[in-house]
Amino acid sequence: MGEAKQVKLYGFSLSPYCTLVHLALKLKGVAYEYVEEDLTNKSATLLQLNPVHQKVPVLVVDGKPVAESRVILEYIDETWAEPSFLPSDPYSRARVRFWVDFFYQRMVPPSYAIIRSQGEELEKATKEFIEVLRILEKGIMEDFPRKKGPFIHGSSPGLLDIIVGAGNPGTKAIEEVADVKLFTEEMTPQLYSYVHAFLSLDLVKNTVVPYDQVLEAIKERRMMALSSSKE
Amino acid sequence: MAPPSDDLKLLGSWASSYTHRVQLALKLKGLAFEYAEEDLADKSPSLLLYNPVYEKVPVLLHRGRPVLESVIILHYLDETWPEVPLMPADPYDRALARFWCHFVDDKLGPAVGAVFASPSDGQAAAVEQVHENLRLVERELREGAFAGRRRFFGGDKIGVLDIVLGCGSYWLAVFEEVMEVKLVDPEAFPLFHSWLRDFEEQEEVKAIIPAIDRLLEYARGVRQMMLGLSTRQQ
Repeated sequence: MGEAKQVKLYGFSLSPYCTLVHLALKLKGVAYEYVEEDLTNKSATLLQLNPVHQKVPVLVVDGKPVAESRVILEYIDETWAEPSFLPSDPYSRARVRFWVDFFYQRMVPPSYAIIRSQGEELEKATKEFIEVLRILEKGIMEDFPRKKGPFIHGSSPGLLDIIVGAGNPGTKAIEEVADVKLFTEEMTPQLYSYVHAFLSLDLVKNTVVPYDQVLEAIKERRMMALSSSKE
Repeated sequence: MAPPSDDLKLLGSWASSYTHRVQLALKLKGLAFEYAEEDLADKSPSLLLYNPVYEKVPVLLHRGRPVLESVIILHYLDETWPEVPLMPADPYDRALARFWCHFVDDKLGPAVGAVFASPSDGQAAAVEQVHENLRLVERELREGAFAGRRRFFGGDKIGVLDIVLGCGSYWLAVFEEVMEVKLVDPEAFPLFHSWLRDFEEQEEVKAIIPAIDRLLEYARGVRQMMLGLSTRQQ
């Protein structure tokens, strides 16, 4: 085993993409320093570390920056081997990556649309979100049928557990704020049980942002979106 | 002669740069495969069966099981046939390659596509967007992570980022002609320009990328259709 690396994470507490990285580092037992960025007044350091996108999260390991949450997660998995986040066989890895990509591509737009819309538009975005979750549920059941543990990955959480799990508090807040039902045991029982298992871990409970903060942030976003659309 | 690679089939589309990525990777790895051309206006039952979520090419079938999304396919090929590696060995270099692959697919590619789809009087903004993205690539080549490296992002040989950025960059020359815009001025983007030239001169690349005449004809046809549609919508 090599020398311990100097690890520093630049993030924003309310960004689920940053929560993903916290979770990944903690699950691997990696010691790291955290720097909270004010996204309305980004530090010169952040802009230097991620000049292309100027966004968080950025993970800096021994002085070298890695940006983009998906890239960071795979980097963490490859740099600290245990516990692994991906299956060992190439085909299963390709399926995990497919569903990670699906989640990023298809889950995010309708969730944003729900936050900022009402009436017919809200109904449409809600239906889309539910449909995307249904496709994910079906896909995960088909691709990872043998339950070797409470998580999609098996007895310990993997990439999909982290990504779907970390997004859940935000989903819950959106449900409450927009008064819609998005994620229930009846609609997607498998995902529901996987997410529940993940969020029940002490490590996860101690890492995720308190729910009331997430709720407050979503409330504010919706208020701003709805008032600006009236202008 | 390529070694037998136990049942590889690629569903693709001749003008799709995502398909070209996979064809190039297979060629670089010396893997034999069966190719099936998909008519995206009339999708085959196979395509719908193996990619029900997106109904898109490329789809790589290995022993009958589908691998989807071009960059994921490249990873799969590397993990299944590690000889002639496409990805770098070092985790940090791998992260860099992945980061820039995302950049191509999330930023540069759509920006180039937007130029092509832009109305005749709305080109300038779309072109500037492409230039902005190319400037980021040029900067990286000049003073960033890839500064001072050898011919390609992958080193002396083509790697995953060369494949992802290269397969698609030929559209720049095509769109320049069809749209009558300057997208890659060699003086403004000297390092990108020379990298692209080196990439396109590789034997394997020449064997994969369709002749520019076919691409021009195709692009002209699509552009005319787009303009025809937009005038009808007015």
